[in-house]
Amino acid sequence: MPMSREAGDDSAQPVKTIRLAPTHGWADLRLGDVWEYRELLWFLALRDIKVRYKQTVLGATWAVLVPVATAVVFTLVFGRLAKISSDGVPYAMFALAGLVIWNFFSSSVGTTSLSLVSNTDLVSKVYFPRLCVPIASMVAAFVDFLIASGVLLVAMAVYGVGGGWRMAAAVPFALLAFAVALGVALWLSAIAARYRDVRHVVPFLLQFGLFATPVAYPTSMIDERWHVLYALNPMVGVIEGFRWSMLGTQTDIAVPVLVSTVVAFVVLASGAAYFRRVERTLADVI
Amino acid sequence: MSSPRAIHTEALTKQYRIGVRGYGHDTLRERITQLASEPVRRLTGRRTPPPEGSILTALDDVSLDIEQGEVVGIIGNNGAGKSTLLKVLSRITEPTSGSAEITGRVGSLLEVGTGFHPELTGRENIYLNGAILGMRRAEIRRKFDEIVAFADLERFLETPVKRYSSGMTVRLAFSVAAHLQTEILIVDEVLAVGDTTFQRKCLGRMGEVANEGRTVLFVSHNMSIIQSLCQRGIFMTQGRVVEDGPIDGVVGDYLRSLETLVQQDLLERTDRRGWHRIMVSGVDVRRGDGANPATGDPARFTVTTTGLQPGTTCRITVLSHLGQPVCRMESGNSSPADHTLAAGAADEPAQFVCDVDSLMLLPGRYRVDVQLRGTHQIEDELESALVFDVEPGLVSGRPVPSDVSGAGVVLMDHRWTVPAL
Repeated sequence: MPMSREAGDDSAQPVKTIRLAPTHGWADLRLGDVWEYRELLWFLALRDIKVRYKQTVLGATWAVLVPVATAVVFTLVFGRLAKISSDGVPYAMFALAGLVIWNFFSSSVGTTSLSLVSNTDLVSKVYFPRLCVPIASMVAAFVDFLIASGVLLVAMAVYGVGGGWRMAAAVPFALLAFAVALGVALWLSAIAARYRDVRHVVPFLLQFGLFATPVAYPTSMIDERWHVLYALNPMVGVIEGFRWSMLGTQTDIAVPVLVSTVVAFVVLASGAAYFRRVERTLADVI
Repeated sequence: MSSPRAIHTEALTKQYRIGVRGYGHDTLRERITQLASEPVRRLTGRRTPPPEGSILTALDDVSLDIEQGEVVGIIGNNGAGKSTLLKVLSRITEPTSGSAEITGRVGSLLEVGTGFHPELTGRENIYLNGAILGMRRAEIRRKFDEIVAFADLERFLETPVKRYSSGMTVRLAFSVAAHLQTEILIVDEVLAVGDTTFQRKCLGRMGEVANEGRTVLFVSHNMSIIQSLCQRGIFMTQGRVVEDGPIDGVVGDYLRSLETLVQQDLLERTDRRGWHRIMVSGVDVRRGDGANPATGDPARFTVTTTGLQPGTTCRITVLSHLGQPVCRMESGNSSPADHTLAAGAADEPAQFVCDVDSLMLLPGRYRVDVQLRGTHQIEDELESALVFDVEPGLVSGRPVPSDVSGAGVVLMDHRWTVPAL
């Protein structure tokens, strides 16, 4: 539905006219609309954050417990038993840093890919830019990531690893992770509106993704020839970059980061376009 | 004297592809084959063309002009396109063709309490629901006390909504909605919920909104509410606007159309809801001796169905001619006095019979909505399946006059003790 505005912000109540008509082909993203509904976005995110740990005993501690416990298991299995190398930092730290960001990806994709379906009542009864739903869901998952990052910082201090100016680079890598996860989730949530198969596919994809991403092992274990191909998985660049900045690993991250960034934006842009395409008749098919 | 336009639609049309959904899939195997083949067909772009009759035109060439400040009631049977029109105008779904121009902010209440989250407190839900309806945070903050006072829930603000009774939830939800300050308000039969005191309060509020010069589009089956709120009526049938004019005339024509509608064979009517594995094929009400029902006499309601599904129950709702529900009788709500009667095969016609010892309806015209339910789903629902007249009669020997205007709709058997000189 393209809209033409004759006046600006409506809080001062200048009356504007919108035009509703069928749209065809690839409609524009109308990010301006999302911005106009930013307060709703905020309230939806707040709802998801508040509801996430309601009626749990440990509450937000779960955000810490999951990556820490997994890191312990990884350290025992891959670090001690399999003796996998860890780019010159203690394996526990290597695994924790990777898991903090991988868990953000997997939990946000897991919840966001079903966000439209679980908000069916909203989507079929009220108008708002539908992009608000997955973005709000991502923001809620991002809060967990921030908590887990705090734990990572504590662990870094305890182990005496990393730190320094490089840590500032972790911020763009976290945002890159957000972009990758949002792009994937936009695709999946739009598909899930019509095909509930997504509910069954996502856990499998995420499990598979964990092995296709350098979480438990370093990229350096893979033959140099395959690095570019490997980095087509955008989470490769994200995780290598995040470790490089937080733990100060001595690896060459230029190639994976470059490849992964390009892939990330392709996924995000195509995901957003596809989402908009589905959005037009979303209320009819969901 | 024409005021500026609020809504203008031009040949607005909305079609749905209904396919076989809801009707077919009698076996799990069929459903699985369809599920397995559909994505492949879609991905390869080799979509089979929709078979004949699989396109449902919910809105058909609707052109309307609504001026600012008009309060318009939209009337029609199930499937007439009222809700689709509201959905398109509230931007929930795009039209298939045609266009609409809307001047002013639109607030739509297609359901009470959309987006309420049971785990959040009353306060949190007010903000969330307000934002969902399109209110600004500052606006909600300004109206917060008013909203809470209207809902009369000051003491429960910090309680999660899941601990609220359903009445409390509705009250909270409606009062958020009632404080929505948009130029255009779109309301779909939301008043059918809540207790009567609160319903009256809401009606009062709706009336105020209407008097504030805001544009209101209102859908209801209750003609007395529509008549008291709206000046203009739009009567829709099968997606088309068939009449548009002053409310009283439109309501009158709508009621007359119901009478012709019930002349039609019930099985041929398309304004029904449900799975339709079994359908209502006939509804009737008679006095014991076969004559027309009369006040105070025994009456027998008979609902004939095309077959039976396990656990089928029948629900009869009697409404006044204007659409105000009067009473409801449900076979699922059983009493020791009920009987069962062995029916034939599952695909043979069956009858639900409901006997009333003494019909306590005042003389006048009534209509009947019928619903058949299986264990988990509605099989068939037909509104205005029957229109009938109740004739004057005797209640415990007391005559009931035929002119009962202002006397309500029901009567109670009673006995006086009067002082005498």
